[in-house]
Amino acid sequence: MSFKRLRKKSSLTYRPAGTSPVRRGSLRFTVRAWSVRHARALEWLYRRFAGVLLKLHGLFARIGYQRVERPVLAVEKRVKGVLFDCRMCGQCVLSDTGMSCPMNCPKSLRNGPCGGVRANGHCEVEPDMPCVWVEAWKGSRAMRDGDAILRVQPALDQSLRGSSAWLRATAMSAAAKASSGGPV
Amino acid sequence: MPEAFDPEDFSFVPEGHSSAGRLERVLRRGEFAVTAELNPPDSADPNKVYERGAVFDGWVDAINATDGSGANCHMSSVGICALLTRVGYAPVMQISCRDRNRIAIQGDVLGAAAMGVANILCLTGDGVQAGDQPGAKAVFDFDCMSLLAAIATMRDEGRFMSGRPITEPPRLFLGAAINPFAPPHDFRPLRLKKKIEAGAQFVQSQYCFDVAMLETYMARVRDLGLDERCFILVGVGPLASARAARWIRTNVPGIHIPDAIIERLEGARDQSREGANICIETMQQVKEMPGVSGVHVMAYRQEELVAEIVAKSGVLKGRRPWKPEPRPGDAAVIEAAAETQRILERAQSAQTHSPHTG
Repeated sequence: MSFKRLRKKSSLTYRPAGTSPVRRGSLRFTVRAWSVRHARALEWLYRRFAGVLLKLHGLFARIGYQRVERPVLAVEKRVKGVLFDCRMCGQCVLSDTGMSCPMNCPKSLRNGPCGGVRANGHCEVEPDMPCVWVEAWKGSRAMRDGDAILRVQPALDQSLRGSSAWLRATAMSAAAKASSGGPV
Repeated sequence: MPEAFDPEDFSFVPEGHSSAGRLERVLRRGEFAVTAELNPPDSADPNKVYERGAVFDGWVDAINATDGSGANCHMSSVGICALLTRVGYAPVMQISCRDRNRIAIQGDVLGAAAMGVANILCLTGDGVQAGDQPGAKAVFDFDCMSLLAAIATMRDEGRFMSGRPITEPPRLFLGAAINPFAPPHDFRPLRLKKKIEAGAQFVQSQYCFDVAMLETYMARVRDLGLDERCFILVGVGPLASARAARWIRTNVPGIHIPDAIIERLEGARDQSREGANICIETMQQVKEMPGVSGVHVMAYRQEELVAEIVAKSGVLKGRRPWKPEPRPGDAAVIEAAAETQRILERAQSAQTHSPHTG
């Protein structure tokens, strides 16, 4: 389906507010809204994909995680950029936030909506944009493990910005598996 | 139950408390607490703070010092708290995540605790677009949840987020804000649960002008048992006029004012008086609501009304919160206290004519 048709189909048309510190194209926004509507399918896909990456852990470890960082990052940036309007915070929590990227919140809140959400469910800072967290809540309700949205997320580690969250998650789950005694 | 400790000795943290402050003691005693918001001065004159604090004397248990609320620049909350603690007031220091990063905030927490601040309210903060300096950089290094968790770590584990030890941990009563009146409504009670898990011991709500909506929220909060784990103070305040109400509704983020309230104000002969009456009625209604531990009165630019509103509402049931004894040199404090007294006397003589009492 072409992007033009996708945009026409979407009930949400978004014009970026001129004064926002975060510039957003309306097209990227349209795809983002699509991703939240398909949160359940994406959750399934993501889980499969994490499994595939974990299988590749041995290979990554042999080549060296630092060396695979650049090519993986290039793919990750584009894929998540298109699907979620990803901001490359390096600590992806999409599965915990209804597949709505919390870094698109102008206050970059990672634990739920602020008190400023408008009566129509739009953002306080950018009145044209539906609140990232109202979307996240909707997305989470469609997901199998949607209650993950109730977990308290720690403060973002700003020093990890721009690095690959996929590789970090893979390395971490490999380490967890190793420490629990299972085969990697 | 007899007091196990001297209620006026604030030099120690009682058993089962996490702070040495007055607000925590009032709430844990099971009293209905009243807090009020101080209008921060645009001035370097300390007497401006004392004057604005004195209007609450004897009517509130704690005074909130706002941290650039509405993203407008005023005297800092740390500064206001430093002045208030000198006199012996119990300030609630508000910390917004908008203006400072984690290094600055953790430092401020230690500084505030050293000055005698016992209560901290953790807020996300309004966006910079709402204020008088929209060109400012919005920091938001923390969100209110990670801020709560960081301060709880400092207090309970005696270390900074980095793990570096703190020799004397801050003894604090930790608070957060709730807004039961903003979407997504079914997520809001669960968000309160999250805040409690992150460390909130008390919460103060956004302005309540819709008691029915609050009741729906509170019913869910009680189902989740959250009122047992946290003290809930409901935000109230007098609307100055129907025009002001309309302006607030469109321009201030997160405030829900139903049409019925605006119509009632429009129909009144004295709109300001009617605004105060609505506030008093709301206080009386929320006082009866199970799970509500107090009210937080935000009378922006009408602070002189607070004493009268609290007196008429009867929520204190005759209890008189602590009031400072002005020091001999504090002419401004003495004058402000006398002015408050005059306002109260007028209010008490008017009370006999009010249809809303008794």
